[in-house]
Amino acid sequence: MSTPVAGVVVPEQEERRAIVPKEPHRKVTNPWVAAVVIGITILWTIPIFGLAITSIRPKADVQNSGWWEFFFHPNATLQNYHDVIAGTGASNSSIAPYFINSIAITIPATLIPLMLGAMVAYCLAWVRFRGATFVFFAIFALQIVPLQLALVPLLQLFSTGVHIGGQSILPLAFTWHTHTASVSQLHTFTLIPYHGFHGAGLAGYLQVWIAHTMFGLPLIIFLLFSFMSQLPGDLIEAAQVDGADQFTIFRRIVLPLSTPALASVAIFQFLWVWNDLLVATVFTDGTPDHMPITARLVQLTGSLGSSQELLTAGAFIAIIVPLCVFFALQRYFVRGLLAGSVKS
Amino acid sequence: MSWETKIGGAIGLVVLVTICIGVLFFFGSLVPRKFKRSAVILIFAGPALLLVMVGLVIPAIRTLILSFKGANNPSPHWVGWANYDWLFHDPDIHVVLRNTVLWIAISPAVATLTGLGLAVLIDKMRRESIPKSLIFAPMAVSFVGASIIWGVIYQHDQTGVLTAIAHDLGWKNPPYWLLWKPWNNFLLMVILIWIETGFAMVLLSAAIKGIPNDVIEAAELDGASGWKQFTDITVPMIRPTLIVVLTTIMIATLKLFDIIAATTGGNYNTSVLSFEMYNQTFIIRNTGRGAALAIILFLGVTPVLIYNMIILRRERQIR
Repeated sequence: MSTPVAGVVVPEQEERRAIVPKEPHRKVTNPWVAAVVIGITILWTIPIFGLAITSIRPKADVQNSGWWEFFFHPNATLQNYHDVIAGTGASNSSIAPYFINSIAITIPATLIPLMLGAMVAYCLAWVRFRGATFVFFAIFALQIVPLQLALVPLLQLFSTGVHIGGQSILPLAFTWHTHTASVSQLHTFTLIPYHGFHGAGLAGYLQVWIAHTMFGLPLIIFLLFSFMSQLPGDLIEAAQVDGADQFTIFRRIVLPLSTPALASVAIFQFLWVWNDLLVATVFTDGTPDHMPITARLVQLTGSLGSSQELLTAGAFIAIIVPLCVFFALQRYFVRGLLAGSVKS
Repeated sequence: MSWETKIGGAIGLVVLVTICIGVLFFFGSLVPRKFKRSAVILIFAGPALLLVMVGLVIPAIRTLILSFKGANNPSPHWVGWANYDWLFHDPDIHVVLRNTVLWIAISPAVATLTGLGLAVLIDKMRRESIPKSLIFAPMAVSFVGASIIWGVIYQHDQTGVLTAIAHDLGWKNPPYWLLWKPWNNFLLMVILIWIETGFAMVLLSAAIKGIPNDVIEAAELDGASGWKQFTDITVPMIRPTLIVVLTTIMIATLKLFDIIAATTGGNYNTSVLSFEMYNQTFIIRNTGRGAALAIILFLGVTPVLIYNMIILRRERQIR
């Protein structure tokens, strides 16, 4: 996924429509134009279509003929989906736990940066403090910087923690000694039961949750700032006159008014986290306990390379979720995209 | 772990963070007037900015330091410019740099031009929403998913679409497509272009609709032909959006890791900078060289970064 970059002054589509309706005579479809557009649309749709068809063909068919032969010898089966989900046939392990991992990673990694980002955006737009401009430009720059630049040191930080003067600050751990007559013993109390890369249970998600939150914040803050700074100032000043403090204004006025922007930013972050491979590869342990479906699919391209019917079924399970979100919420998605790159 | 534990834990964390923010807000509102402003700034901006500092700013600086250090992580040895020296003199890395340049020179331009063409054509159509959302849809598909989708097309035997077309055109023994140097690079670029064209089209289409009608009418009255209208009015009027689209896709291209990882794994001369960074760091386990590659990657985006900063500053001054 690409991130929108700020920049240009173009009046927004809806607004213009309201002022000057486009005359109908320019909208007569030229048959040649229609043919070219329909041709390209079909060309662009064929790849996903081919994936879907391949995934419902029996193994023998997939290995002997291309998916288009399906239309001459229609022969459909759900066996491939059964195999990848149940872990039977050539796929010796189920894809279901990885799918669950994707959900478990995506929920906090979308909502938490959204909440924190909304708070910063409000603060930058309406509380205005010294250095706010600098912070804004820094945030803007950071959304362009490749996250590759941060991977290794961040991973080191996760695996060793932060130590100041021998005390571990992150993860929160306290050590102390007890002395009995014969032995001196070292005790460790860890607030977050978390052990770097080998974190078991839910703690194993912790570093991928945190990494996604950190990496997602700059774009989220930037997009929400663009929206929030356009909110009517009178409304906020009136509330201040009525004696409301910043916390109340944020909760009662700014958040409800920002719902459309929050929705589009949430979709962005959701798509980014669900589709991500790099962060997941670096910050999860590669077990069915924590690895998301994208990373699993890359493993399968190696082991199931000769079983196209299973690989395509797995891929279809992975892409159907973002595709549904995309088609259902396309309006918000496009609006967010335009807000990030086209200013009115 | 059962799925209930996983999903429950995920939701639990969100609830926990929400409660923490609620508690902070509650105590924040109790702060006496004198310190209120500082408390507000601390509570609103503090947590996120701390995360950005710890997660991005400090690690980026540390990466710069690592790029002057040796292979083992964390290495105590300073090696000076050795990693950069390797980077510019190793023949394998030359291939990587060549590929990266090819990717940046070709895929953003092709995606933007195709998107522009589609935007112009679609603007002339009455029912534009269906082709628009179908061409835009690949944007929602992961690069990994897209790689598998195109893997079906690039199958080397008779089940692959490309092979079938080659056979129909009379090419008896087409190569294994993804092993076919150096053309495999271009086949992989097609995957990115397939995804990014929709993005370019949606943005450019919005910009074209933003061109005032009277400008177009004036041109029509002057008898400007379709092509002349396109070159003399449409393109200059949407130039800022064109640049945004082009640079955005360029940055996405430069960061590209997934397509290479999911198709060739960087073999057969297809590696690019961002993949090689991962490869050197996590597979070959040479953090110094990996860090040097990351720094080069960063230098690659700096021109776009500076350009965008200038635009943004100008825009804020106008406002």
